[in-house]
Amino acid sequence: MTSTLGKDLLALEPLSPDQIRLILDTAEPFKEISERSIKKVPALRGKTIVNLFFEASTRTRISFEFAEKRLSADTVNVAASGSSVQKGETLVDTARNLEAMRIDMVVIRHSASGAARFLAERIESNVVNAGDGMHEHPTQGLLDLLTLRDHFGDLTGRRVCIVGDVLHSRVARSNIWGLKKLGAEVAVCGPKSLLPWGIGELGVQVFKRVEEAIEWAEALNVLRLQLERMTAGFIPSLREYNRVFGISKERLERAPRDILILHPGPMNRGVEIDSDVADGPHSVILNQVTNGVAIRMAVLYLLAGGRPELAEAAKGSAGGGER
Amino acid sequence: MRNMLLLTGGTILDPSCGVNERGDLLIADGKVARAGGRISDVEDAEVIDCTGCYVSPGFIDVHCHLREPGREDVETIATGARAAAAGGFTAVCAMPNTEPVTDNQAAVGFIIRQAHRAGAAKVYPIGAISVGQKGESLAEFGEMVGAGAVAVSDDGRPVASAHLMRTALEYAQAFDIPVIDHCEEPTLAHGGSMNEGIVSARLGLRGIPSEAEEIMVIRDILLARRTGGHVHLAHMSTKGSVELIRWGKERGINVTAEVTPHHLTLTEEAVDGYDTHAKMNPPLRTAEGLAAVREARPHGTIDVVATDHAPHHYDAKEREFADAPFGIVGLETALALVVTELVGTGILDFPQLVDRMSTRPAKLFHLPGGTLAEGSVADVTVFDPTREWKVDPSAFLSMGRNTPYAGRTLTGRAMCTIVDGRVVYRLTQ
Repeated sequence: MTSTLGKDLLALEPLSPDQIRLILDTAEPFKEISERSIKKVPALRGKTIVNLFFEASTRTRISFEFAEKRLSADTVNVAASGSSVQKGETLVDTARNLEAMRIDMVVIRHSASGAARFLAERIESNVVNAGDGMHEHPTQGLLDLLTLRDHFGDLTGRRVCIVGDVLHSRVARSNIWGLKKLGAEVAVCGPKSLLPWGIGELGVQVFKRVEEAIEWAEALNVLRLQLERMTAGFIPSLREYNRVFGISKERLERAPRDILILHPGPMNRGVEIDSDVADGPHSVILNQVTNGVAIRMAVLYLLAGGRPELAEAAKGSAGGGER
Repeated sequence: MRNMLLLTGGTILDPSCGVNERGDLLIADGKVARAGGRISDVEDAEVIDCTGCYVSPGFIDVHCHLREPGREDVETIATGARAAAAGGFTAVCAMPNTEPVTDNQAAVGFIIRQAHRAGAAKVYPIGAISVGQKGESLAEFGEMVGAGAVAVSDDGRPVASAHLMRTALEYAQAFDIPVIDHCEEPTLAHGGSMNEGIVSARLGLRGIPSEAEEIMVIRDILLARRTGGHVHLAHMSTKGSVELIRWGKERGINVTAEVTPHHLTLTEEAVDGYDTHAKMNPPLRTAEGLAAVREARPHGTIDVVATDHAPHHYDAKEREFADAPFGIVGLETALALVVTELVGTGILDFPQLVDRMSTRPAKLFHLPGGTLAEGSVADVTVFDPTREWKVDPSAFLSMGRNTPYAGRTLTGRAMCTIVDGRVVYRLTQ
């Protein structure tokens, strides 16, 4: 079944601004479901969804699972360990076997860039990319956009800087595309050894020093610094990273304005972000998590053929999803 | 009775003799007996009508991977040699990254024997530079050359040690063979699967910067200067490499270089969509690199076209991009790609094409062939420069199907391939 989004959600780069707005707008009515005492609507009743996680993930997997369950889908979680993947089965064989069991959707997390697309081109089920290597993490990008939109309203002309390990970050790429498509100005900041070569050609500003980024930005999206980047020689030490690039209260107090703080999690407190910032008054980190469930509900609903104008109605009845 | 073959009605195109004119070619007992003019006084010769075709010295590919011994499920010397003949190649040089590595005289002799049995294109083994291609101690060049090797290389594995490369360039001079290097600075290229640039930034793939190639190019050129040895640089892909080679040649340093049909026709954009058939090493580069290797050819900075034919099993390419192996097949598409994309666009003319695919490879690697001068070995390619055909991998004679050109309509095709005066391939349809 083809929805207004197409068969799959693999990345934000190929989406139009209208498609992104459609997902954000569809997420709005779904936010309320999670606030109810009975957090369940029948929009995806009878649909079978497999959460295929080849990489460890807690937050994203749970967020997807809540979204699926709150839409009444039947879900199965497959983790790479304990499955036939450990026995050397290829990705395409794993997928075809799942599909042979007549599933409707696959949510995939994989360490290889392009893995979600690879899967989508080979099976008929809808595929949602829950993070592929260093490529994209589109639902994370969307929930960041929703969180920023909650705060700023229209994002046109708003200045958002992505700080940290952009090189290895799928979150950064999805943010760059999503923000630019909604008209925001985008910058990146981090040690040059952790920025992709030629990143400026994607149409973003590049700040060498975090002080410059703070001077410029209205919102900072602070990326997680993977601890293994130090052993791989990209940076000398986590301690120095914190001193040079860490987002601290002192640095933010020198900013000409209040700066909204986002972080995709999980945080390394005291490395890329200090606790008093993460827990401070301008942090919307937990709002991001809440919005994550609504965004994933919207994506699943739309991919299943749900009509956006019926999203509000879908909350109350079984009539939302086309069957 | 003599064994004679008469090629009539074609255009003899032989840059080694400066010939490009209508004429017949008579082959007798495996040698070119007469070339040029109308030959009508010969009876009992088998006649091949070459009307509309060029009759040229046979193409020679100085860089291919035939996978035998070790990976006979992917390609064998016999299937590779037949694929070569179908592509118009009368001879190919097989790289030593087999399993086990071709690093001794027995291994070289095995390849010669298998090629002889196949009876298609000639196969000249290239021996390893280092034992096991481990980059440590020199392999026995002398014994390998004695058994039939025509060059040495650790292709597939860059020679990381400058000392080893220096020694190889010195030691090889006793046998008058080129030392071929796959230029890749391993710590810089580490973990990369495509060109480092805007496309790798978008796709989230680890990049291989052009400097990984160029650093080794200039290292090898400087070592050739120091030693006086002949260094041949495999599959050049960047603008910087071309500039460095030009620098070396202008100073009389003994450096030669090759470029592949894919680096002459594709850019990194082909990787978009994570197409593993666009994954090769060195990676496809930018439009600027493409323009540089194309421009380099008429001026002779890059000496020859070589395929880097690298067959892989279907399953190996049918997977995540970063995990797929590097390389594509090339023997059966090389001629048509050069005709379509270089001759068709006015960058090369046909005499230059034959020079880069036959005459110069023979000269650089001291191989028989590369000429139709009377008395020379009758290795001949008859190709139709205007014939259009659609690339259909399932019709390849190679066991490899891994090509990014599937479905493309190309111009130019080998019609008949003759090795030692014997027809080893003829296009049937």
